[in-house]
Order: sequence, then C-alpha cells, then structure tokens
Amino acid sequence: MTQTEYGPYGGRYVPETLVPALDELEDGWTSALADPAFREELDRLGARYVGRPSPLYETERFAPSGRRIVLKREDLNHTGAHKINNALGQILLASRLGKRRIVAETGAGQHGVATATVCARFGLDCVVYMGSEDMRRQHPNVERMRLLGAEVRAVEFGTKTLKEATSEAIRDWIANVETTYYLIGSCVGPAPYPSIVRELQAVIGREARAQMLEAYDRLPDAVVACVGGGSNAIGLFAGFLDDADVRLIGVEAAGAASLGSGRPAVLHGARSSVLADADGQVLDAHSISAGLDYPGVGPEHAALRDSGRAEYTTATDEEALAAFHRLAETEGILPALEPAHALARALDLDAELVLVGLSGRGDKDLAEVLEH
Amino acid sequence: MAGPDTPELARAAEAGGADLVEIGFPFSDPLADGPVVRRAAERALAQGMRTAECLQCLRDVRAAVDVPLIPMTYSSLLEAYGWERFADDAGEAGASSLIVADLPVDVRPELRRVQLVAPTSTDERIALAAGSTDEWLYLVTVAGTTGARTELSPALAPLVERTRKLTEVALFAGFGISTPEQAAAAGELADGVVVGSAALVAAEEGAPSLEHFVSQLRSALA
Repeated sequence: MTQTEYGPYGGRYVPETLVPALDELEDGWTSALADPAFREELDRLGARYVGRPSPLYETERFAPSGRRIVLKREDLNHTGAHKINNALGQILLASRLGKRRIVAETGAGQHGVATATVCARFGLDCVVYMGSEDMRRQHPNVERMRLLGAEVRAVEFGTKTLKEATSEAIRDWIANVETTYYLIGSCVGPAPYPSIVRELQAVIGREARAQMLEAYDRLPDAVVACVGGGSNAIGLFAGFLDDADVRLIGVEAAGAASLGSGRPAVLHGARSSVLADADGQVLDAHSISAGLDYPGVGPEHAALRDSGRAEYTTATDEEALAAFHRLAETEGILPALEPAHALARALDLDAELVLVGLSGRGDKDLAEVLEH
Repeated sequence: MAGPDTPELARAAEAGGADLVEIGFPFSDPLADGPVVRRAAERALAQGMRTAECLQCLRDVRAAVDVPLIPMTYSSLLEAYGWERFADDAGEAGASSLIVADLPVDVRPELRRVQLVAPTSTDERIALAAGSTDEWLYLVTVAGTTGARTELSPALAPLVERTRKLTEVALFAGFGISTPEQAAAAGELADGVVVGSAALVAAEEGAPSLEHFVSQLRSALA
C-alpha cells in the first residue's frame, strides 16, 4: 500500500484544490502497482531505453589502500543520472491518468532533462520550472531540455534555486490541475509522492544488493549516498533496509543539511526536517551542487534519522570538489557534484567494503568545477 | 499582510465598509498565493514580521477596529509555534477565527478554523468542510493561486450550487476577485466576497486608497 506518513513526517499540507488530484494520483498509483502490465512496461523500458541494470564497478585507484569502494553506476543511465528511473515510471502513471501536460521542477537540471526526455518519448507537453541561478550554473542542461522540446520557465524570485522552482511548479499544477500531471523529481512533496518516488528508485537498491551478492558473495559494510531531497539515497537504501548489519549513510551538503541542522517544519506539502528558523520560516540552503541546494528532505529520511537506521553526515563544497577531481584522475570517471559529496565521505569511512551511489555524471558541472 | 501600517489600513478598510479583515501572517513559501501576496509576504518578512510580531500587530489592529479579524497563514508557522498555542494566542490577541491555506479539512481536524473548498472538491469533502468550518465557508472560486483575473471564474456558480445543497452555512467567495464588477457578480451567488491581492495593491498607495477601493466594493455589493 501507499505510505502517506513516516512517523510524524509526511502527510498532505496542501491547498484544498490539490487534494482531489492527490487522491486520484494515489488511486492511479495503487492500480498501476497491482497491474502486471505496468511493471512489465516499466521493466522493458528500463532495460531497453534506460540501459538497466546499471553496472556495479569497483574502483581500482580511488579507494585508499586496504579498503574497497564499489560504485553503483547510475551515471551510465540514459540522460546521465538516476532521475530517469522516476521520470519514466511517473510518465507511465501520467499516461494511465490521461494527462497530456507535464510540469516539473528542476535544480541541477537532471530531473528536468529526464522529464523532458520521457515527455519527448511519449509525445506529451512539458514545462520545467528552474531557478535562474540554477539556469546559470547548469546551463548545458537548460539547452538539453530545450532541444528535447520542453519549455523551461525561469524562476526569478527568492533564492532562484530549487526551492522556488518547486513552489512555482506546484502553483502551476494548482492552476491547471484538471489537465496537468505534476512530475515531482524527489521523494518529497505531499503524499503519495514520497512513496511513489521511493518505489520507482528502489530499483537501484534491488539491483545493487543482488549485484553485491553475485560479485562478492556478501553485502557491503556500508552504503553511502548523497542526499538533497533524497531520492537516489532512498532508492539505494531501500535495498538494504532489512539488512541490519549494513550501515546506511546519507551525505548532505554542509550548507544544506536539512537532516543535520533542520527542525520539523512544513515545506512543499509535507512535514519533514527542514532548514527553518524558530518561527517555521524556511531558510536558504547553500551548496555548490544545485541538486543538493534544497532546504527540505524526504519525510522517510527524517524518520530513518530519528530511528537511527540511517546515519546522516555532511560534506563541504571543497571536499566534494576534491572527491570530484580524485575520481576523475584515478578512475577516469567525472561524477556529478552531488554524488561527489558521497564519494568524499566514503573515502574516510572506516569500513572495509563500501558501496557508493554514483547517482549522476559530471558533464553538467564542468563550468562550475572549472570556476573553482 | 501584517506590518507596521496594518492598524491604519484596517481602519481604512473598516471605514470603507469591510465587514471582516483578514491579516496575513507571512510565510516564506506560500504555495496558495500568486505574485502579489507572495511579494507582500517577502516584504513583511524582510521587515522582521515573525509570529510574535504578527500577534502583536493583531492586538494593535484589534484596538483600532471593531470588525472581526482573521489571521491567514500557512501550516509551517503553526507547526513551529504549536498548533493549539497558535490558535489560543491568536484568539487572545483578538482573532475571531483562523485560515490556514495549506491545511485541508481532513488534516488536523481538531484545529477550529475557516475551511476552504475549491471547484475540484468532491461533495463529500465540501460536506466535511461545511460541517467543521468556523462560522462561514471560504469558496475558492478558481483552480489556481490568489491574484486578479480578468473575469469572474465560471467555476463559482456551480460550486455555490453544489455547496448550497449540502449546507446552510454562509459562503464567502474569494481568489481572483479584484474589481467592483466581479465583486457584484460574485455577491449575486455567494453571501460575501473576499478580496486579497487587489486590496494589497490598493493599500500600497496608502490608507485613503484602500478606503476608496473598499467603498467601491461595498457599493457594488449593496
């Protein structure tokens, strides 16, 4: 069944206008999950269009001596990140619901590109909201979305990043709710979105667990993933939640640590751990990585933090950049700046066998990296 | 929107003929609001209007006017302040009720407030909202955020018709009503109209401008 609350987190804190649409979404999702044809179509497109399963690759020179670091290569997916897993599943859902117009928000642009991609593939109208600051620092992705036929709408107020882009996408949805499907990019937002995104990203963890057992005949000591909204982390963690001996470690950007420095607040339709002041006003996040530059986080992560099942830590911009360069120079892989945060913490983790979610590739970040 | 000049503006609204005054407690990420209210909230926050300051503002307005006062805000403020404590302190400061724009009727039902229904609401949800609302029901005339529209929403008439069949409570229509003509048309259908963004725009020109604007709305509804 669709999970709507995670301990005290989650729920639906939205204007009334959206509630019937969320009910419709939840019913549509429940029926899709129960329909073998939906799963078959998703698996078929996952294999032939996305390139699943993504490989597991053990670093040769990146890992410090005496330790082993294994990468789950979501960067090799079509469109270059894990975001396509979610976009593809939700576009199939939107089609089942008869929606022809798709709106989405994007931070780093990876979710926007994934959404524009599946909209092109399925012949649907696509509008992507993106903060103007993110359009500047992730310019190649803006051009990619446009080439794919999407309309990119600049959001010029507030922080001009993912937080405001998400608000504008939701406002668009409120105004066009009868015709439009809101394709959210992370495991955030009002129920049932966190549950939908988690299920669609759980393929990462399912594959990774089977691949670990096949390649090493054992599970990793620790699983490490970066956390912005938290979709790649929740997808990877999902495969190992029941393996009590496997440490689950989420890495936030030091300037956007919603779990590390946040407090309970309501943002974008859900109660979660949010960077907010004592009055519940949401604070600005700061990260070199546009995909982590978000003051909220998925409600399930907040619950996993409270229960202690997952640990959350941070990496600074400088640490992420250093890990970016190290992976490039030792393995010939340019990671996105987001998973570079996970790579940074994996390097100093006291564990023998570490699995890292390499959630996306770094081509989009070249300008930002060269600038620093 | 709560601010240093709110008592003066509330007096102007009352003098112009307002029956009730909503006072916005600003939130950083107001999902239900269009650009005018969002910018007003940004300005208020920049002026330091946090919950304690807004409650003080409410007290000051209470001392200045006789009409009922209703804070309109978002869940995050109540979450931080304490849900019941917020309602208690607002009441103590002079509020007659509360509107929480992102709190649907089935979430925290124990919090007494003015409920909102929208053109997308099912009959079941309208009945639920009508049954638990505080004094009157807020009809959101459009699928959309707050802010002026060129025409009165065609969705209002069917929403009023559906709602009347389900409840006897007073129905006030809001969202997208900005002109005396639209107010008159909405007033034909509903028991009252709520004007937000257009009133904020008028208030930017000062209290006399707001009083004049409200008196035009009043005349249109007479």
